[in-house]
Amino acid sequence: MRFMALMVEKPREDGWTPSAGEMAAMIQFNREMDKAGVRLSAEGLQPPSKGARVSFGDGAPKITDGPFAESKEVIGGFWMIQAKSKAEAVEWFRRCPAAPGAVIEIRPVFEMADFPEDIRKAAGL
Amino acid sequence: MATDDTHDIADRVAAIWRMESPRLIASLTRVVRDIGLAEDLAQDALVAALEQWPSEGVPDNPGAWLMTAAKRRGIDQLRRREMLTRKHQEIGYGLMAEQNAVPDHEAALDDDLGDDLLKMMFTSCHPALSTEGRTALTLRLVGGLTTDEIARAFLVPEPTIAQRIVRAKKTITEKKIPFAVPRGEDRDERLASVLEVIYLIFNEGYAATAGNDWIRPALCEDALRLGRILAELAPGEAEVHGLVALMELQASRFAARVGPGGEPITLIDQDRSKWDRLLIDRGLAAIERARALNQPRGTALLQAEIAACHARALTAADTNWIRIANIYDELAAVSPSPIVELNRAVAVSMAVGPEPALELIDSLVADGRLRGYHLLPSVRADLLKRLGRIDEARQELALAASQATNARERDMLLARAQHLA
Repeated sequence: MRFMALMVEKPREDGWTPSAGEMAAMIQFNREMDKAGVRLSAEGLQPPSKGARVSFGDGAPKITDGPFAESKEVIGGFWMIQAKSKAEAVEWFRRCPAAPGAVIEIRPVFEMADFPEDIRKAAGL
Repeated sequence: MATDDTHDIADRVAAIWRMESPRLIASLTRVVRDIGLAEDLAQDALVAALEQWPSEGVPDNPGAWLMTAAKRRGIDQLRRREMLTRKHQEIGYGLMAEQNAVPDHEAALDDDLGDDLLKMMFTSCHPALSTEGRTALTLRLVGGLTTDEIARAFLVPEPTIAQRIVRAKKTITEKKIPFAVPRGEDRDERLASVLEVIYLIFNEGYAATAGNDWIRPALCEDALRLGRILAELAPGEAEVHGLVALMELQASRFAARVGPGGEPITLIDQDRSKWDRLLIDRGLAAIERARALNQPRGTALLQAEIAACHARALTAADTNWIRIANIYDELAAVSPSPIVELNRAVAVSMAVGPEPALELIDSLVADGRLRGYHLLPSVRADLLKRLGRIDEARQELALAASQATNARERDMLLARAQHLA
């Protein structure tokens, strides 16, 4: 089974970068998951000031460039891992050297087996 | 909404056990020199965890806690004189002998260097064990699967798997297989044995993805995980990265392999939008790791390179068949076999044309080793059709249908014969 883990953090000041110690700890954490053969992918995301939002309403979508003033949370990055159960995925991310105040949200990824048979057939699967 | 307090301790312990038990048992095996005893001590630690963690809380480093608990129990057992069995006495003697022995550098290298889990992989995959024993033992001791999980994956009763594991451990004891990473002249052969076990597990899962058999892909995931673990333990071996690449690339095609009626779809006909690009990227990255080592290319890496040629082609028409045919030439030199020759002929037919391919096929027919194998006349039929020799093509398809190993294959071959002009 695959799980995506989203790092949800408090907004930081522009130009913030992690310290050498923080980087080393995260690299080591990723390395442990590699050694266990469970880490499929991981990426860090650049700050919202570099991004944009596409907001959907009744009419045409609205585009806003970052930063997004009202945001209390920022997605800092994500991992995709392979695990046998949600409990195992949670156990891995307990060990993440995340900063105080951060939250890691773990969600199972949809796989073909999750869809009912009629939907699978319609999708040609 | 479950909070930390109410979170099921049993679930946590099961997950922690799956994550930590392979390393725990491997380290204990190095210390006590007996897999069975190591497992017993690890189990004792698990029992202690189930007793203490509900009230004390799960420790921050559960692996270290389990190791300490297991070692403490090991020392207790060794100290209790009245409970000393011969096995424990031998361990005691062995430990004392190790301290007093004249340094033997080769043995010291074998025993003290090298990761414990890598030692376990080499041991559980030892060629002296039966194939079934190797796969069951490896999935259990390196993969962390329960006996029940292994049984369900292989569609055999649990006692059968339990027996295979018991027999495998017995063979290890009887043949005095050392718990070590081989470094001498048998290293290559021993590593090949490990790769063979991992790929066997992968194929067990890969071959059975028809219909709603969703259990089996989990076996491929386990094989991939074992391969990735090995790649981190032995990063200097190009064939290891080659095997991982091959598995990532083959797994990337899972969703496209089977049609709505459960019929298999050949690679050339697959809907490539269903190929898993994450796994393709991982496969290509593994190939890069292998290439960076500048070692002579082995079977697994060459097969991965072929799979990569397909993975890189956005459509079947984009396939670089000349490159594939060249890699098959190299593969035929490294590990010649009639199957490799058959695949090479297909590649040649796509890269050059049906005539030279037909020559290769006719040599194979004359050779006789593939007699009765339905894919040989099936390929021959396709070449004859492309050369306009329709009646002969129809005869070959009839022959192939008669040799097909199941009804669905036979029906597909007969349908192909009907579709000829």
